Amino acid sequence: MAWAGTGVVWAMNGGLLSSTELVLGAKRKPGFNFIQISDSHIGFNKDPNHEVTKTLQEAVDKINALEDAPAFVIHTGDITHLSRAEEFDTAAQILKGIKTSRVFYVPGEHDVFTDDGQLYRERFGAGTQGLGWQSFDYDGVHFIGLINVLNLKQGSGTGLGGSGFGQLGQEQLAWMKDDVRGLSSSTPVVVFAHIPLWTISAEWGWGTDESEQALSLLKRFGSVTVLNGHVHQILQKVEGNVMFHTARSTAFPQPAPGTAPAPGPIKDVPADKLRSMLGLTDVRYVGSGNQLAVVDSTLV
Amino acid sequence: MLNRWRLKLALILTLAICAVAVASHESHMKMHSAPRTNNVSANPNEVVIANFSFEPATLTVKAGTTVTWVNHDDEPHTATATDKRFNSKTLDNGDRFSQEFNAPGVYNYYCALHPKMTGKIIVK
Repeated sequence: MAWAGTGVVWAMNGGLLSSTELVLGAKRKPGFNFIQISDSHIGFNKDPNHEVTKTLQEAVDKINALEDAPAFVIHTGDITHLSRAEEFDTAAQILKGIKTSRVFYVPGEHDVFTDDGQLYRERFGAGTQGLGWQSFDYDGVHFIGLINVLNLKQGSGTGLGGSGFGQLGQEQLAWMKDDVRGLSSSTPVVVFAHIPLWTISAEWGWGTDESEQALSLLKRFGSVTVLNGHVHQILQKVEGNVMFHTARSTAFPQPAPGTAPAPGPIKDVPADKLRSMLGLTDVRYVGSGNQLAVVDSTLV
Repeated sequence: MLNRWRLKLALILTLAICAVAVASHESHMKMHSAPRTNNVSANPNEVVIANFSFEPATLTVKAGTTVTWVNHDDEPHTATATDKRFNSKTLDNGDRFSQEFNAPGVYNYYCALHPKMTGKIIVK
């Protein structure tokens, strides 16, 4: 089985956020770093990956082999494939092995679609607000974990009144408005949520309703970084003060929008090609006026 | 006499060529139509879920009919009524869900996991 898991190391240096590929024994600069992993889909057992627990474990091993242990880890959802209790337990067991202070979670739609997130919150909801959203500060950086996979609305784009997009909801937005009220505008803000907070594909529902309202609350901040999962590939966009970034999955790749009739796993990936397939990423180096920069490199 | 044999031979050859052509055409057709059979149900009261869509997207049935959904995708899906009157819960690959429709009307539904997927049952 080829290595399929991956993580992105984020290092914060004087408000400059940059990421590098998770490389064994990589040298870290001063500051702190944290790791984002996503879409482990525990319970998935079809092509191209019949061993998703193994590839998640490999991601954990990679994290633990880093010279600088991460301050914490963020999992951006789709922890499980079918939101079953045993899938949550398997994932929690594996992620407990990460040598870090804490793992923060936000759910993906696969974690909540059978019970509106009840099992998810029983395990990962401690200390969160409302339906599971949360915020915390670390070393001068403010982190906000949003949930956009609850109360998904039917949407076919044929006038039925829905977009099929992720949903934030007014209750969460009111909480978020309150949450950032007291922050200085020079505070770097990191927002993490499962479904991208920018529209990647309207056809596939890869976007979030009310994301503009959420982002308008962050307009006054000089440095905003938005970390998402869901799409199982690295996609990136910079818009004004905001840098949007999606992470790879630890389980399987998904097609780029417009390259397949439907989203879902890319099935016909040979085991020995999976790693190079995951490495086929659109890598960009971006430097903006407010000194926010992100660097990605491919897996291979 | 010779001419009649020539005619027969020509006829046999023509038929043989036709047979080969038909055979190759059939195999060609089979190759291309095979994946499609996956999406179409022989049962008129069955909705097949494939390639992230409900097929047929609109199904009209008589009151008292039981409609069955079957998921042919590797990805899990649901058939969830917009007004929550019915909900299949998780349909993994190969799973089926049946619902009886007694009252006439239009029943809109979608996949709770992929809400872009929508369908409707019209009960007459």
